[in-house]
Amino acid sequence: MTSQPTGYRWIGQSMKRVEDPRLLTGRGQYVDDIGLPNMTHAAVLRSPHAHARIRSIDTSKAKAVPGVVLVMTGAEAAQQTGPLPCFASPPVAQYCIAVDRVRHVGEAVAAVVAESRYIAEDAADLIEVEYAPLPVVIDPEEATRSTGDAVLHPERGPSNVALQRTLTFGPVDEDFARADVVVRRKLRWPRSGAQPMETVGALASYDDATGKFSIHANTSMYNYVGWLMAMSLKVPAHKLNIIPAIAGGSFGSKLFTHKVPILAATLARACGRPVKYLEDRIDNIMSCDNHGSDRIYDLELALKKDGTMLSLRMKVIDDYGAYLQFGVGHHGNALAQLTGPYRIKSAQVSLTAVLTNKGQQGAYRGFGSEVNNFVVERMADAAAEAVAMDPVDIRRKNFIQPDQFPYKIPTGNLYDSGNYEAVLDKALEMADYHGWRRKQHEARQAGRYVGIGLVSCQERSVFSATEFWFWNHEPGFALTSSPDSVDVKIDPTGKAFVRLHAPFWGNSPETVATQILAEQLTMDPADITVTYSDTDSGLPGTGPGGSRYTVMIAGAIAGAAKELREKMFKVAAHLLEASESDLELRDGRVGVRGTDRGMSIGDIALQAHYFKLSLPPDVRSGLDARYTYDHPYTTLPNADRTDMGVFYPIMGHMCHIPIIEVDIETGQITFLKYVAVHDAGTVVNPMTLAGHIRGGTVQGIGSALYEHYYYDPSGQLLTANFADYLIPTLMEAPENIEVGHVVTPSPYTEYGIKGGGEGGRMGAPAALASAVEDALKPLGIKIDSLPIRPVLLREMIREAQQRRP
Amino acid sequence: MEREEVTVTVNGVRHERMVEPRRLLCDFIREDLGLSGTHVGCEHGVCGMCTVLVDGRTARSCLMFAVQVDGASITTVEGLGTPSKMHPLQEAFREKHGLQCGFCTPAMLVTALELLDHDPNPSRDDIREAVSSNLCRCTGYQTIVDSIEYAATLMRGGAR
Repeated sequence: MTSQPTGYRWIGQSMKRVEDPRLLTGRGQYVDDIGLPNMTHAAVLRSPHAHARIRSIDTSKAKAVPGVVLVMTGAEAAQQTGPLPCFASPPVAQYCIAVDRVRHVGEAVAAVVAESRYIAEDAADLIEVEYAPLPVVIDPEEATRSTGDAVLHPERGPSNVALQRTLTFGPVDEDFARADVVVRRKLRWPRSGAQPMETVGALASYDDATGKFSIHANTSMYNYVGWLMAMSLKVPAHKLNIIPAIAGGSFGSKLFTHKVPILAATLARACGRPVKYLEDRIDNIMSCDNHGSDRIYDLELALKKDGTMLSLRMKVIDDYGAYLQFGVGHHGNALAQLTGPYRIKSAQVSLTAVLTNKGQQGAYRGFGSEVNNFVVERMADAAAEAVAMDPVDIRRKNFIQPDQFPYKIPTGNLYDSGNYEAVLDKALEMADYHGWRRKQHEARQAGRYVGIGLVSCQERSVFSATEFWFWNHEPGFALTSSPDSVDVKIDPTGKAFVRLHAPFWGNSPETVATQILAEQLTMDPADITVTYSDTDSGLPGTGPGGSRYTVMIAGAIAGAAKELREKMFKVAAHLLEASESDLELRDGRVGVRGTDRGMSIGDIALQAHYFKLSLPPDVRSGLDARYTYDHPYTTLPNADRTDMGVFYPIMGHMCHIPIIEVDIETGQITFLKYVAVHDAGTVVNPMTLAGHIRGGTVQGIGSALYEHYYYDPSGQLLTANFADYLIPTLMEAPENIEVGHVVTPSPYTEYGIKGGGEGGRMGAPAALASAVEDALKPLGIKIDSLPIRPVLLREMIREAQQRRP
Repeated sequence: MEREEVTVTVNGVRHERMVEPRRLLCDFIREDLGLSGTHVGCEHGVCGMCTVLVDGRTARSCLMFAVQVDGASITTVEGLGTPSKMHPLQEAFREKHGLQCGFCTPAMLVTALELLDHDPNPSRDDIREAVSSNLCRCTGYQTIVDSIEYAATLMRGGAR
């Protein structure tokens, strides 16, 4: 089936967002908008060195500044607060303020608490620190050979290699032996990051009467692993309550962000007053702990002469920066769709994860799979050229076919459903691909460089938990759960209260929850309200990320609604003296089928809350349900890791076709057209899904053309502000990203929904590389490295012109 | 630090305050006046999150001191509409999905207000030019342009 299921009232509607009125009127209450009586403000002194021992810190001048409440060094903080949570195995020790040694520019060295942020920053400037510089490691290949003082974490062993492992899936050597052609490319994916418009912040207080912390923070995963913050603060988990603030954008980068809340809490406990700490932009760029992937690839693709793809081999070095909070989970993620939408029978990945003197990696929209899409699609283009096929034809030839689903790829992950040719055909039609090939030919004859990019990429959604540890030699805490929960209460007046157990971080969780509950209970969306739990009241909740939240809360709400329906039917059957099997729920009423007898949800709720003696004897008062929905389909990896099990089976797909023109005199790229067709299964809200696609696409354009955390050889971050770290403005974005949907429902999820939150950014970088290479084909230029900044493009064009005058 | 007196009208309400000369206008608006709808994104004048109208013209409130607006009239997002009675611009942003996380939205709204005050019937290019000063990381901008175009229609009285 390739169409949106019909028969729904709310699923599939572009319902206006319920979050919007408060956001549009300045009443959002982001973390920096929250205040508490007697609140203080913190500022952080940051390291100017990329790698150094801290010899001494003199805080006396800072402490003498009027209005300063507290000055704290790393050594002092470490007396109260232990290392930050780390999911790597073995862990890498990181502290909220560096102890003894700094490992990247911008790492916290001391913190000041004062009556105002102004005073705190004044005082931070007066702290005197003596550093003894250590050798700096910036180049990822060099990091594989570091010794002595250049080793960042000697307690972990005498090397900056955090993990080296080769995984082989299927008969790789045999497949290469029977290949007619082997295509080889070396590709470079640069370090960029989410850079949401709001930075990370926390407002923490400590009540010494109860021994309990309260932390307002724009974090996620607080109901999944929030208790780890209590462990760092060395208090029992019930002595910490995390209250989520809405996030002004995340794109992954606020997945956990435990450092800022732990820092604010450490300071609050020490000074006995509430402390607010909000990163400024430069803090965030240097030290947000959420830089994206930074990889060097050596790739080989084995082919038959006719373009049949046989096997994929990759060696990848990934520069994780100074710490390793999520282990190498990004490479677990990439195994979900390692071989793309193609029937490639075997694959091998050799991973070398290194530590260097840069800000550490975290999460950014794609979590490593956007990079895998980039390399697979670059290889598909290279393959097409090697066997002299059209890039469309080689993809079509190798696509997994609709009747082959569920399809197990070499890594062991399963793809639930798909119709890749339908997506491709729709995109080709929307883009007028063949028409543009003609126009391109004419343009070339007129000396213009028009390029048509095309990629067909996977869009895995709904992460499970095994990807975080299955690469490790010692798995560590080998968790297998990633649930999400909801509780729904219907009050005596018939209004529904939905409580989510994960935060708003820029998506539309309230709108989606409202649409799904309205569908489930045939209610008016206006009668539904949505709130968020804190950790005190929280149920299991993994939260957004990995394009999972819509699928997961749909499952949770459907589960809770089923319990509510059963209770309502039981009560209504009793009161209406009817059989439950004769009842139906329709338009907010439980009625006897074929008659006009019935009760509204409000009538039933009133009875359930106040008229115990009218209820069936075994029915307790109230009308509420809580439901925890587990990941719909996940299995364990095998012991020797030749099969990673099913861990990311809810598989979307996309085809992006950008049509661009390169001005070869300036290196500027102009968009002539941009088409993005996605299959995210059953669509809950086409308007918000299109929003994710367009926004993600422009982020991907940023990754492809402009954005780069650029460190010089001494470890200075030369792009540590928005004048140098270039986020696309409206002028760099296509005027019209034409969005199309193909709907292949998932057989494993409620309504057949697949996730779509990351999609645009998972396709656009590969698509742009393809388009630029296509535009410059007459010059023989290959795009092997991002970002394709105008100045670099000009260099390549100049060299090419010198090669062929 | 010595404080100076500032008298300023914000969203039609007159305020008299003593402020340090170095106090940024964005902090004055957010913390001293409690109008937290104006946001701060970079504090170095690039992102445009902190945009407000000073005497009807857009200004980055992170690049101004509060003492500079003595005698001026300021409009922030709180001066547009309320959740139950939104300004047509706010209605249009909701209708056309001109926001996701909402953090850049107050600045986009006042920037659009300045444009529509001067030109009630702008072309899409005029709109793009006007709001290209402000970053948005969520939407890809297209629906922001749609929203402002639609708001212009609403404000001219011709809802389509």
